[in-house]
Amino acid sequence: MRFHALVEVRLRAGIADPQGATLERALPALGFESVEGVRVGKAIRFDVDAFDEAAARAEIDELCRRLLANPVIEEADVSISPEPGSMAAGGRAG
Amino acid sequence: MSGRVGVVVFPGSNCEHDVVEAIEGLGGDAELVWHGARSVAQVDALVLPGGFAHGDYLRPGAIARFSPVMDAVRSFAADGGLVLGVCNGFQVLTEAGMLPGALQKNRHLRFLCTTVSVRIERSRSFISRLARPGTVLRLPINHFEGNYTCEPETLAELRAEERIVARYCDNPNGSIDDIAGITNEAGNVVGLMPHPERAYDALLGSSDGAILLRTMVEPPRGRSRAATAEAGATPGPAGSRLV
Repeated sequence: MRFHALVEVRLRAGIADPQGATLERALPALGFESVEGVRVGKAIRFDVDAFDEAAARAEIDELCRRLLANPVIEEADVSISPEPGSMAAGGRAG
Repeated sequence: MSGRVGVVVFPGSNCEHDVVEAIEGLGGDAELVWHGARSVAQVDALVLPGGFAHGDYLRPGAIARFSPVMDAVRSFAADGGLVLGVCNGFQVLTEAGMLPGALQKNRHLRFLCTTVSVRIERSRSFISRLARPGTVLRLPINHFEGNYTCEPETLAELRAEERIVARYCDNPNGSIDDIAGITNEAGNVVGLMPHPERAYDALLGSSDGAILLRTMVEPPRGRSRAATAEAGATPGPAGSRLV
């Protein structure tokens, strides 16, 4: 099956995020008075062929651990969704 | 005999010729080593220079760490070979797990290009072998991601094991504990944010970096790679260090 993956990488809690802090300080000047807790990160999208969602998640977790996030300062959230129609096509990696 | 220093060139490195110039200016021999090389034989020391290896894409050093040469760098270091990462090279060494911690964006998101005072600390690193602890050096810095950080336990280890090589006298980038450079447990792998190669001769405004780089040009007697390889071959106490 083919899965769409979205990996959000952000700085861990407690790690200073000067980009987020600067944005947050700028917002009141635009009239956004009630926004707080701004954190800036990265979004990385890609597709994965895997037997099932668990296999896809295991592969993506490994990819995050080895490359996409630096565990000293960052953490990653992974969202996975099956490609519509991918199951019906028989699953290339199955 | 003068030391032969290999200078690793990644796509996007830009300080390799400065390092070659400095090493040769101090009487050593230097050669460039392309990042695709699978061996680093015939050198006494290695420098990972400054720049933007692989464009610094994702994070500085994140891709460089997978360059073929890094396996050779890793085994060279495991054999006791001297490895110095300067600036981007320091970032590569942390991403490769050869040094602990990480280098974040500078405090206030400010790119820094200036000359700073750095105090040499008492440490087990090879790079400060010729410098008395407490010596203050004027060295150029030139970085956006030089804000060193690590877990509190790691910092405690670095302090207890005398692995902090140098501290900024006036912290320019937000680095934890004013850290400008650290070394590994064995003292043979060093990361420095300041650029000693840009201060090896008075003509450049400062020759303060020479005292650091000379440690690679003049390997100490009995600590050459050949000597450590021999020492490693004879049975010794478990956990004995090569350097």
